[in-house]
Amino acid sequence: MNSDRQRPRRMRSSYSSLTAHGEPWVWLTGGALALAIMMITGLLAFIAIRGASTFWPVPLELVELADGRRALGEVSEKEEAEAATAAVTGRSARRLVRTANFEVSGKHYEWFDDAAIAEVSRPEWATALERLEGGRFHGFPVRLLHGDEVIAVGPEETWKAFEREHPAVRRRWREVMRIDRHDRGRLQRDLRAARLAVVQAGLDAGTAAANSASVSAAQAAAAATEQEVIARVNGRSAELDAQTAALRRQNEGWGLEVETADGIKKILPLEGIVRAWQPNRLSTAGKLGVYAGRWQEFLTDDPREANSAGGVFPAIWGTVSMTLIMALLVAPFGVLAALYLREYASRGPVTTAVRIAINNLAGVPSIVYGAFGLGFFCYALGGSIDELFFRASLVADKQPTFGTGGLLWASLTLALLTLPVVIVATEEALSAVPNSMREGSYACGAGKWQTIRRIVLPRALPGIMTGLILAMARGAGEVAPLMLVGVKKLALDLPIDGTFPFVHPEREFMHLAYLIYDVGFQSPNSQAAKPMVFTITFLLVAIIALLNVAAIWLRSRLKRRYVSQQF
Amino acid sequence: MNIQAEPTAPRGGQPETVTATDRLQAVAAGRDVPSEVHPEVLEATPVLEIDRFNLWYGGKQALHGITMPIPNNKVTALIGPSGCGKSTLLRSVNRLNDLVQSVRITGDMRLNGDSIYDPRMDVIELRKRMGMVFQKPNPFPMSIYENVVYALRIDGENNRAALDEVCELSLRGAALWDEVKDRLHDSAIGLSGGQQQRLCIARAIAAEPEVLLLDEPCSALDPIATGKVEDLIQELRGRYSVLIVTHNMQQASRTSDYTAFMYLGRLIEYGTTSGIFTKPILRETEAYVTGRFG
Ligand SMILES: Nc1ncnc2c1ncn2[C@@H]1O[C@H](COP(=O)(O)OP(=O)(O)O)[C@@H](O)[C@H]1O
Ligand SMILES: [Mg+2]
Repeated sequence: MNSDRQRPRRMRSSYSSLTAHGEPWVWLTGGALALAIMMITGLLAFIAIRGASTFWPVPLELVELADGRRALGEVSEKEEAEAATAAVTGRSARRLVRTANFEVSGKHYEWFDDAAIAEVSRPEWATALERLEGGRFHGFPVRLLHGDEVIAVGPEETWKAFEREHPAVRRRWREVMRIDRHDRGRLQRDLRAARLAVVQAGLDAGTAAANSASVSAAQAAAAATEQEVIARVNGRSAELDAQTAALRRQNEGWGLEVETADGIKKILPLEGIVRAWQPNRLSTAGKLGVYAGRWQEFLTDDPREANSAGGVFPAIWGTVSMTLIMALLVAPFGVLAALYLREYASRGPVTTAVRIAINNLAGVPSIVYGAFGLGFFCYALGGSIDELFFRASLVADKQPTFGTGGLLWASLTLALLTLPVVIVATEEALSAVPNSMREGSYACGAGKWQTIRRIVLPRALPGIMTGLILAMARGAGEVAPLMLVGVKKLALDLPIDGTFPFVHPEREFMHLAYLIYDVGFQSPNSQAAKPMVFTITFLLVAIIALLNVAAIWLRSRLKRRYVSQQF
Repeated sequence: MNIQAEPTAPRGGQPETVTATDRLQAVAAGRDVPSEVHPEVLEATPVLEIDRFNLWYGGKQALHGITMPIPNNKVTALIGPSGCGKSTLLRSVNRLNDLVQSVRITGDMRLNGDSIYDPRMDVIELRKRMGMVFQKPNPFPMSIYENVVYALRIDGENNRAALDEVCELSLRGAALWDEVKDRLHDSAIGLSGGQQQRLCIARAIAAEPEVLLLDEPCSALDPIATGKVEDLIQELRGRYSVLIVTHNMQQASRTSDYTAFMYLGRLIEYGTTSGIFTKPILRETEAYVTGRFG
């Protein structure tokens, strides 16, 4: 074309070439991503490092002050002196030492000014003792006693003897606890069931006056059964009493005499000592052993001392079971609702309005869901269930069964909370199913539901799973609504256990996210609880990550099966 | 049928004044133009009769008075420039257009004598009597085996032996058996494009359809896969009644017995493939099939 050839070539301005090349955009977008990744990994790394280091045995330092006082403990924080403020405040560098021995000193932790410290050392026999009650004890082993008998004297002998005797004592103590909690708990439940049966028979008699003869027979039968149960329980109780008494007698008298840094001697009963270690003597392998042991206790035991020590097993159990039940509840509801919206409802203003409403529902503060759950699920729904099926407990014990917070109601509340996420994700997944697949199915003579069930749903499944993953991640980390509908500070009876009917959806439960709040902000010994908070957070993040990884793995399997990578 | 009443221009000799695009210009101007139907077409026994069929998408008419019989056990090709309504016509045969909300029709079609647009006709049952293959391969998200027996499964057939037999027969019929017999229970998604399309053909013939509808089955395939599918259509010839839409003149001339030329929603000329390609009645048709227009 002639005219083109004659026109002079337009020079590209450097500005247009810059935007065309897109360098600034690469930097801007890449920078934003890098910043986001840095913040997230930074937070996670912080949690992971703090959480994972809690249980590592730290050396015990003997701090000798200029005024002659002595203290033994772990240095948990050091503060450098700031030249500018030191002159004004007169404060030099100082360190926070976990001195433990609360019953002796009235303190768990103490600050020491470096200026006042004469000497710091790590004595070989310094021992840290974790106890069932009263917190940590730091000191030096003096003697091991059994009643009036002295088993060992001197730190080395005493420590050896302690390591020999302690496991058996602990084993007996655990057996006693098991009998008390488990066997006696079961007897108590049997007793209560029999008593409530009598009350129920009485209630039936009151309501069904027409056939009073047979009803009173039922009452008599219930009363007779109760007598039987009482007799059986009493017999069994006596047996258990004998067992526990024997075990307790065996444990009695075992004590470890410990001398604190200040020279005060105390005899600690052996069965009250959970764990003892001598960090200054431990090899790396030994430290690893203590570390693993403390993690194991943390993961598998019940909490002690207002949740600031011991394990968090009930909370792990509660978190996982609640999240799974929530997912099981929200999946069918969300998918069905989305199916209706996308596949059946005709497009129009009403459908659009419903869709917008659902999207907005995701923005309602979660505490509102909690209040709704409490009012509707616990009081209205649970109250009616109690009226219908658990009157006896209501009348005799003034105790609601379903009419209060519990695992089921909490799961339902969270299912409601996460419903919008699932609906939106499912709708998106459904609309991403190519129409050609639906047409192919119709052309084969399939009906609408057949097409949905056999073609659309399988194909949309990975997308639906994405919605569920998001819902689970959101639900597992939620605290506010749970406080209203069934999460408790302490609930050792698990919602799923070995007693009939094995699943107890009405029971209150513990939850890791609530535990973080409880341990971190409600604990009387907040300094000691701080590392626990990090560990629990670490665990919660790990559990959510684990659930997500499992779901993502499942999704990728489904994807490989159902979604084509064209050609 | 009113086709027979249409005046037929003498073959070959057209008046000097009529240019190749006269009729097409008339069509474009919205005037009614009669279809030229060769008498050979009318002699064959039809499996499907399209009778004065009109279709509107909302206010826009996409098919204008289509009247054409589709001969039994023959391959009939639909050609014409894109947007002329070939797919629409095909999708009207198995009433897939029912799924489009704005569609309105008049006229009728008959499948072996049964009125397709009879209000009492059960669409689901009707579709079971036909098979359809689409432009883009659309294997279902399930195993190769389940893809093939899909039509039987939704009919409630669960007898393993019966399903196995149908699966093998259909896959052999679609010339795919040897390639997939060792991985019948693998996902169909893993097949190549050409294999996927042949799988779709196997799926379409599994239920012994009375008519097989193919909508540009090769347009998304590479030349080798296209060759295989064309060979397959050759093999289906004589056993199935096939209505195939194609963009490719060579394909139409190679694979079909009859060819219909459509333009802007109208049937322009319809005859045996050799008739249409070697001695068409209309210059317009000749221009189109020789590639001088379209
Ligand atoms: N779902 C639809 N809604 C509205 N118009 C449509 C729809 N499908 C096709 N059309 C129109 O109908 C005409 C015929 O289309 P189609 O049958 O797909 O042509 P072809 O297959 O011959 O290329 C085109 O003008 C197209 O725009
Ligand atoms: Mg088309």
